Amino acid sequence: MNILARIGAYFLLMGKVFRLPDRQRTFWRQYSNELEKQGLQSLPIVVIISLFIGAILTIQAKINTENPLLPTYTTGLLTRETLLLEFSSTILCLILAGKVGSNIASEIGTMRITEQIDALEIMGVNSANYLILPKILAFVTMMPFLVIISIAIGLVGGWGVGAFTDVITVADYLTGIQYAFNPYFIWYGIIKALVFAFIITSMSSFYGYYAYGGALEVGKASTNAVVRSSIVILFADLLLTKLLL
Amino acid sequence: MIEINDIVKSFDGSTVLNHISASLEDGKVNMIIGQSGSGKTVLLKSIIGLHIPDEGDILYDGRSLTAMKEKDLRLLRREMGMLFQGSALFDSLSVIENVKFPMQVFSDKDEEEMEQRARYCLQRVNIPEHVFHLMPGEISGGQQKRVAIARAIVLEPKYLFCDEPNSGLDPRTSLVIDQLIKELTEELGTCTVVNSHDMNSIMEIGDNILFLKNGVKEWQGSRQDIFHSDNEALDDFVFASNLYKEVKRTHLLHQQ
Repeated sequence: MNILARIGAYFLLMGKVFRLPDRQRTFWRQYSNELEKQGLQSLPIVVIISLFIGAILTIQAKINTENPLLPTYTTGLLTRETLLLEFSSTILCLILAGKVGSNIASEIGTMRITEQIDALEIMGVNSANYLILPKILAFVTMMPFLVIISIAIGLVGGWGVGAFTDVITVADYLTGIQYAFNPYFIWYGIIKALVFAFIITSMSSFYGYYAYGGALEVGKASTNAVVRSSIVILFADLLLTKLLL
Repeated sequence: MIEINDIVKSFDGSTVLNHISASLEDGKVNMIIGQSGSGKTVLLKSIIGLHIPDEGDILYDGRSLTAMKEKDLRLLRREMGMLFQGSALFDSLSVIENVKFPMQVFSDKDEEEMEQRARYCLQRVNIPEHVFHLMPGEISGGQQKRVAIARAIVLEPKYLFCDEPNSGLDPRTSLVIDQLIKELTEELGTCTVVNSHDMNSIMEIGDNILFLKNGVKEWQGSRQDIFHSDNEALDDFVFASNLYKEVKRTHLLHQQ
């Protein structure tokens, strides 16, 4: 499939996905399963990565701001801004593209090659709507919570550096993370993450849905889903940053 | 009744089905047979609407498949049951949940009615009760096929399609599956279409047989007609093994 055909196929698939589900009861059950699978099960990795990155950012920020002309709270300020503006939205979504994206592409791809999607179609079920819509909506729903948790845990990681090492004092760090706070940056991070969540789930579903052949092709579909959704996330990041900031 | 009217299907310039016409009757096991690559699967997928023919039409009791809008096609598919080559049971659902699935999506039955109907269908295909709550990966290939049959008949379809129902099964289990397909066809009066190259199945349950070669319909008739056919391609295919050559010789001798 050339790139134009692929883009066309993606939009046609989204046309099939965004329709009213046949059965609301079945949809809500699928949706709640996906909230748990895509959202809650991503929580441990979000917490671990955010905690460590928060701590590492604080140490790096301190090294780069060792200048008597800069106020001592600059380290905390830099940590907060990096977390709010880039890490807890873009970098987190790039990481989740690996976890959630590969999971979705391999699940749907396996269903394709084992004829489970054909079975749904033969039963008269809109397979794209039944399989993909709950995944997209569930991940988009969970994403703001994951972003906020990531920011909070990242800030805790930075606080840990102050509390357990002599890199920075806790007082300076706390002053820094509260200094000149702009609440819009949280919304900026959340808006970006919502778009990225849609990109991850829809592109991964697309690659899984059109997988064919055997296990090898499902593996390729999964890899393509992660690599290409990551690239699209970076383009979208650039565009949204230009538009929103 | 399903009528196939002069259908043509090509992929990348290569014609896979070349002007095929046939009638598939209700209450009978209609078999599509032929060697690998003869176009059986493409024909079956065209009949069920997974492939759209380039030319020709398929009529379901007079309703044109190719002229149908997507909504009507989905309604028609609710009248179909399908047994896939690899069973195609949903991995994330237990055996009984797989059978309940079509009812959950399409019927207004309450949970208890669905449970009863699913249990009835599973018992009808001889699945023991202790298997009901196992996952598809935990049961044998023969049991998976039977569960898939139970799922296919749970909404009492008018049309039942089976793609290579015996692939990967031992001869004894194959016989059980064949008998089950035959019994259900007679019991429910479905128009059953079986895609197979298994000679035992053809001779056991084939009421109306459609033989394809290189995408062309070579021959159509009953399993009794096979013995008297002078079609060389059919003879080569059906009586390729010495065993069936002997069966034919004995049959003809017996008739004389």
